Amino acid sequence: MTIGIEHFLTVGALLFCLGLAIALSKRNAIGVLMGVEIMLNAVNITLITFSRFTVSERPVTGHSFVVMVITVAAAEAAVALALAVSVYRNRETVDVDKMNLLRS
Amino acid sequence: MDGAGPTIAFWILSAVTLVAAGGVMVSRNLLHAVLFLILTFVGVAGFFVLLSADFLAMAQVIIYVGAIAVLVLFAILLTPRAGRDNGETKMLLPGLLLSVCLAAVFLFVIQDANWSEVSADPGLGAAQLGEALLTTWVLPFEIASVLLTAALVGAIMLARSPQEEAEDALA
Repeated sequence: MTIGIEHFLTVGALLFCLGLAIALSKRNAIGVLMGVEIMLNAVNITLITFSRFTVSERPVTGHSFVVMVITVAAAEAAVALALAVSVYRNRETVDVDKMNLLRS
Repeated sequence: MDGAGPTIAFWILSAVTLVAAGGVMVSRNLLHAVLFLILTFVGVAGFFVLLSADFLAMAQVIIYVGAIAVLVLFAILLTPRAGRDNGETKMLLPGLLLSVCLAAVFLFVIQDANWSEVSADPGLGAAQLGEALLTTWVLPFEIASVLLTAALVGAIMLARSPQEEAEDALA
């Protein structure tokens, strides 16, 4: 059996949907962040798959894009975790249901 | 992608990655969820190797497994009284429903599309990637470095305790 582009895309799509379910449903803010990281990884798999299976004039564009995505993901993780620690310091919780200071 | 080796590697990697991502979803303890997350990252690095992106696989292991996973662990350990519970909010059912619908759409499109014109391209080395990043994509590359610096400063500012800020103000 030959492994083609659709197999890799299927794995990327399923991983993205799992990450989306985690990001939407978790109560802990750090758990939500883990879901976002899984989604970013799924997108990276898809980008590399298209880069690998298509012929283009600039073959490294997909790889360069993945480098940018990894950079932005690292920056996002650092800021989001600092926010979680900051919220914990003020409210003693990282539960997204209990972060309701702006509720009237 | 022909041959037994890549086929076996693909199925093993798919199983490991998706089961580990499922483990992040179902594990009750947040620390176990982080360990499953690390396994997911390693599986994705394996996919990068399978897709001939050697440099990115290495970067994935160093940045995700090395840096981001440790950062998540630190955040969990720095919030001790918030509990280690990895439970769900009442948005679990709508979230799952949306994810399943999205997965159905993705899978339908992937099955339906005509991939016959797509042909396999040989893999790329780190040298070509470095050349592209420093010639064609040098501006995004520099912007990314500025973004990382700004995120670093912002993260330190956010995570600092009020006592440290007061001490710095006095000094």
